[in-house]
Amino acid sequence: MAHRRIERDRKGGYRLRLPAEERELLRSLPAQLRDLLRTDDPSLRRLFPPAYADDPEADDEYRRLMRDELLDGKIAGLRVVEETAGADRLTGEQLEAWLGALESLRLVLGTQLDVTEETYADDLDPSDPLAPALALYGYLSWLQEQAVEALSGELQ
Amino acid sequence: MSQTIEAPVEVRLPAGDEERHGDRPWVVIVWNDPINLMSYVTFVLRKLFGYSKEEATKLMLQVHNEGKAVVSSGEKEKAEFDVARLHAHGLWATLRQD
Repeated sequence: MAHRRIERDRKGGYRLRLPAEERELLRSLPAQLRDLLRTDDPSLRRLFPPAYADDPEADDEYRRLMRDELLDGKIAGLRVVEETAGADRLTGEQLEAWLGALESLRLVLGTQLDVTEETYADDLDPSDPLAPALALYGYLSWLQEQAVEALSGELQ
Repeated sequence: MSQTIEAPVEVRLPAGDEERHGDRPWVVIVWNDPINLMSYVTFVLRKLFGYSKEEATKLMLQVHNEGKAVVSSGEKEKAEFDVARLHAHGLWATLRQD
């Protein structure tokens, strides 16, 4: 059984226990997503959902006002992961940024893979050409779950 | 006896459509999606709106089981602000007048 990667410590911070290869992966993924964010790739659509489902005009206006701010927030989160992928400890603020970056990565990867609620990494068929990407999606989900759990202790 | 009313009477006219429109609150809806983790959705609802764990879990399950849930309501500006915060956290949220 894999050990927990993220744990709250007694000093109000978070302990990061990641193997070197996972740290390397987490350091490299943000740049890949940042490159994609410079494009208008359809797999980015879940990062910028519509605010007005039935009113295209109002939605255009919302996007005009909010898109840059939303984009800046996503990029800031990715940068924190890139810079702290080697750290042993994170502050609450840094872990919140990790949570956001993991969210962005999963939204884009999940969209690319067209995942359903039944998509689990356990069911991987090694001969499936998508197996590596599905395994990555499963890993990021597992890590995000731990970040959520660690941060939930802070609430109330 | 005449049924005709000769003296002017005060008639309370129904408020104009526009006025009534403005009174109806805007609601913020979170939609189900296959990517977001259930625990994450619960966490975001607690963090952004101060829901208790029980309340947030109930709303999350409503999203999960029924496809959507209203998570906040109020003036248009507030609803749009809430939607933007939910979008910043990756949730699929929209607003509309109730």
